[in-house]
Amino acid sequence: MTPYAAAASVVDPELPLVTIAELGILREVTEDPGGRVTVSITPTYSGCPALDAIRADIATALTRAGYHDVEVRTHLSPPWSTDQITAAGREKLAAAGIAPPGPVLLQIRPRCPVCGSPDTEELSRFGSTACKALWRCRTCAEPFDAVKPL
Amino acid sequence: MVRPGTGAGEDELAYLRTDREFRNVLLVELPDGDFAVLIAKLLFLSAFQHLNYAVLAGGTGQLAEIAAKTVKESAYHLDHATQWTLRLGDGTTLSHQRMQAAVDEVWPYTYELFEDVPELRAPWLSTVDGVLTEATLTRPADTADSWKPTGGRSGRHTEALSYLLAELQVLHRAYPGASW
Ligand SMILES: [Zn+2]
Repeated sequence: MTPYAAAASVVDPELPLVTIAELGILREVTEDPGGRVTVSITPTYSGCPALDAIRADIATALTRAGYHDVEVRTHLSPPWSTDQITAAGREKLAAAGIAPPGPVLLQIRPRCPVCGSPDTEELSRFGSTACKALWRCRTCAEPFDAVKPL
Repeated sequence: MVRPGTGAGEDELAYLRTDREFRNVLLVELPDGDFAVLIAKLLFLSAFQHLNYAVLAGGTGQLAEIAAKTVKESAYHLDHATQWTLRLGDGTTLSHQRMQAAVDEVWPYTYELFEDVPELRAPWLSTVDGVLTEATLTRPADTADSWKPTGGRSGRHTEALSYLLAELQVLHRAYPGASW
């Protein structure tokens, strides 16, 4: 397994259905001739409590894949955006009942992940985690979490 | 004194500084017992931070990178506080009274925000005025003899900070180096 594949297999502790690569948290993985692996990640939110767990999980995943000299670096620039969540990541979120974020510039309402209706309303700015909001579908009445566009 | 750049780590800075060594403005240490006060604090602070971090993001280096990230987050905090201010100010008679009382109570502490960046007060007032007006609230008048509590930036705090630190530091002080 390449060091990138090992790091890319790590899932987000708060959204364990998507990997850090699909979320756009994983920026770069390099290996120098001496076998030292450097992993660059970026935090979703600056106070995200998941980052320490992600850092430890990356080190564990690389050790399991046979890479023992690992450094995980955090980069803030350019700032993370929900626009960096991949198409595969969005599909997995929707399939799990979590509305994926729309493009940041458009600020459109999320579609209901249950029935697909665009007729939805925000109930609370904060959902099960700080990075999600609580919404409700006006068509099928189902409440759901939506990842906030950032 | 423990200050950034002296080799002290995050734990030393968070858990082992005394009240006189903290450099926060007084606004952020005021008690959160009343929800309207909490929202007024968040509105005034996030409106300030959004402007201040936008300026810092135009600089260079790590500070600019942190600021660029924080601009986006403070915009969200400002929006959140705005929504609640509108809901409470333009809500029931009781919620309006309590939101107005909170604005009046917290207002004196906003002057300290601009001591080092006076040029930000005009754009800040423009943002805050817009929200208060839409929320049917009245902005406290600026007069020459307005009470303007200050001192947080030089380590002179309200007693509220001591209660906060007692609660947040007690475990680390009782069990030095504790981890879990
Ligand atoms: Zn629906």
